[in-house]
Amino acid sequence: MGPVFGPVLIGIVMQTKRTVFQARLLPYALLAPQLIITLIFFVWPALQAVRQSFMREDPFGLSEKFVWFQNYTRLIGDASYLNSLSVTFVFAAGVTAVSMTVSLLFAVCVNRAIKSGRFYTTMLVWPYALAPAASGLLWWFMFNPSVGLIPYVLNMVGYDWNHRLHEGDAMILIIIAASWKQISYNFLFFVAGLQSVPHSLTEAAAIDGAGPVKRFWTVVFPLLSPTAFFLAVINITYAMFDTLPIIDAVTTGGPSQSTNILVYKVYADGFIGLSLGPSAAQSVVLMLIVVLLTVVQFRWVERKVQY
Amino acid sequence: MASIDIESVGKVYTGDVRAVTDINLTIQDGEFIVLVGPSGCGKSTLLRMLAGLETISEGNVKIGPRVVNQVEPADRDIAMVFQNYALYPHMTVRQNLEYGLKNRKTPKAEIDTRVAEAARMLEITQYLDRKPRALSGGQRQRVAMGRAIVRKPSVFLFDEPLSNLDAKLRVSMRGEIKRLQRRLGTTSIYVTHDQLEAMTLADRLVVLNGGKIEQVGSPLEVYHTPASTFVASFIGSPAMNLVKAECQGDKLTIGSAVLSLNGYMPTSGPVTVGLRAEDLHVVSGDEGMQFAVDYVEELGSQRLVHGLVGDQSITIALAGESEIPATMRIGIDPARLHFFAAEDGKRITTADRTAAAIDVPSPVPVG
Repeated sequence: MGPVFGPVLIGIVMQTKRTVFQARLLPYALLAPQLIITLIFFVWPALQAVRQSFMREDPFGLSEKFVWFQNYTRLIGDASYLNSLSVTFVFAAGVTAVSMTVSLLFAVCVNRAIKSGRFYTTMLVWPYALAPAASGLLWWFMFNPSVGLIPYVLNMVGYDWNHRLHEGDAMILIIIAASWKQISYNFLFFVAGLQSVPHSLTEAAAIDGAGPVKRFWTVVFPLLSPTAFFLAVINITYAMFDTLPIIDAVTTGGPSQSTNILVYKVYADGFIGLSLGPSAAQSVVLMLIVVLLTVVQFRWVERKVQY
Repeated sequence: MASIDIESVGKVYTGDVRAVTDINLTIQDGEFIVLVGPSGCGKSTLLRMLAGLETISEGNVKIGPRVVNQVEPADRDIAMVFQNYALYPHMTVRQNLEYGLKNRKTPKAEIDTRVAEAARMLEITQYLDRKPRALSGGQRQRVAMGRAIVRKPSVFLFDEPLSNLDAKLRVSMRGEIKRLQRRLGTTSIYVTHDQLEAMTLADRLVVLNGGKIEQVGSPLEVYHTPASTFVASFIGSPAMNLVKAECQGDKLTIGSAVLSLNGYMPTSGPVTVGLRAEDLHVVSGDEGMQFAVDYVEELGSQRLVHGLVGDQSITIALAGESEIPATMRIGIDPARLHFFAAEDGKRITTADRTAAAIDVPSPVPVG
């Protein structure tokens, strides 16, 4: 996951003032710390992954063999990989939809609260500070079929919750757990977006005969759309790559591979299954997906943002 | 078309902050009213209460025969032009104009006619398919007015609509607003802090200060008979000179100078006297008041000479070409003096003098 967020972060801090240095070496010296970190921790492992994806290696790392694209071609025919692909798709779509809808709702509510807005904002940001594994554990406890509170309540209303057996339950659980963590992040962006919509616009719309709901969908939301689009890309990226600790803590990919998303499969195949070559090939595919998302992000956000 | 009755209206914000106090005003159908005052005087609050964007804490507002205190902004049959135009940035000009009509389920054909008509009137037809960001300030201003016009409301509300424009554009848009209002005959209420805008646009001026009405009247009435020192100093440019003086019989003492009022006795004892810069003129001999020149502002057509009479500063307006010695003597026609009570600044009037002052509205600069 190292190389994943690099380009996105650079994009956010990109708009800084331009300074001209007279000395030839000074700029390189100033850039060096960041470059060294990037090279050692991001670029080198990425290149290693690419190299390894063309190799077949024994589990003990004693011998390796160059096998061209075999690791990739095998992926295409691998039923468990294709399953993982569709699971990832459902999961990413679910997390993005749930976390964005809920956070937008919260942001609209907080934006209407005049005095208590700051308090709610502070409260709503807390989940973001929690480590993913900790939050995963939290949800694991709450939904634990043996000791959890929520299955107990669900059982009373006649629903037999068991995410260790039911594939649907497992998917719902990881979507909730992963969304919960991302809501804070989305919320902050939506609040900022809402606050930048001038009051006079909604007032003008009120005079123009639009009710509160219509005002929101025809005036406010279109102005939020650059924010929403940015968040959609960020959320998809998050769901696909940053949710590994949550999956690991809650379902470990099961039951019967139903929550085995791509990034978890990379980890499981590579570090648990020790099948290094195919795992590397999978991670290269993931890397390409991130590159694609980042390109989409830059192209669109930069074009849409200029009102 | 509608008349508006504002009856003892007040606005109190939470925490007992009072913005507007006991406003009473009857606005005739088709009248152009300008609310003018310094920032924080409550003029925008009053306008927003009329629009329904602020709740009315006290009193009643009637638009036509109907009390609208509890009526939603959309149902008050008003249209408002905002200071920052408040155009919907994601819609084209056409969509901006159509928005209010569509929300009211106006038939498509009717919408098209009205938009075309308004666009023609405001000369924005060629911009109909552009987004607001592709327009200049003046064009945006026109679109904002167009959005008000297409609705054919009974009242237009303008909230400092010209203050974001440059000086030249402001003057021409001012003319256009006036022409448009004449042509449509729609009752209009216009808020501004610019006294020149207020003077040129208004049928009647409402001067506000500290949330209260200071004076209501036609621009010339307000100019020639300001009801208080506040109005006197706010309306007119340069501001009216206000000096402390002493009245004894028909003699007026300003510093060391004594002016004869020719038998007129407004009051006795201390008084605040108002002198318009353009009413003051240079006199010869030892008449009038000794005036020590401090500095001169060149306006081309005029020179504004700032100086001291005794220890009180005074500005006089002289013709562009006039000689300015370091000291001179200045005088004024006693009929053009304004008297205000020294303690509360209210105008001291007697019937014959008020009439006399209005009869001579010839603001020709005196050389």
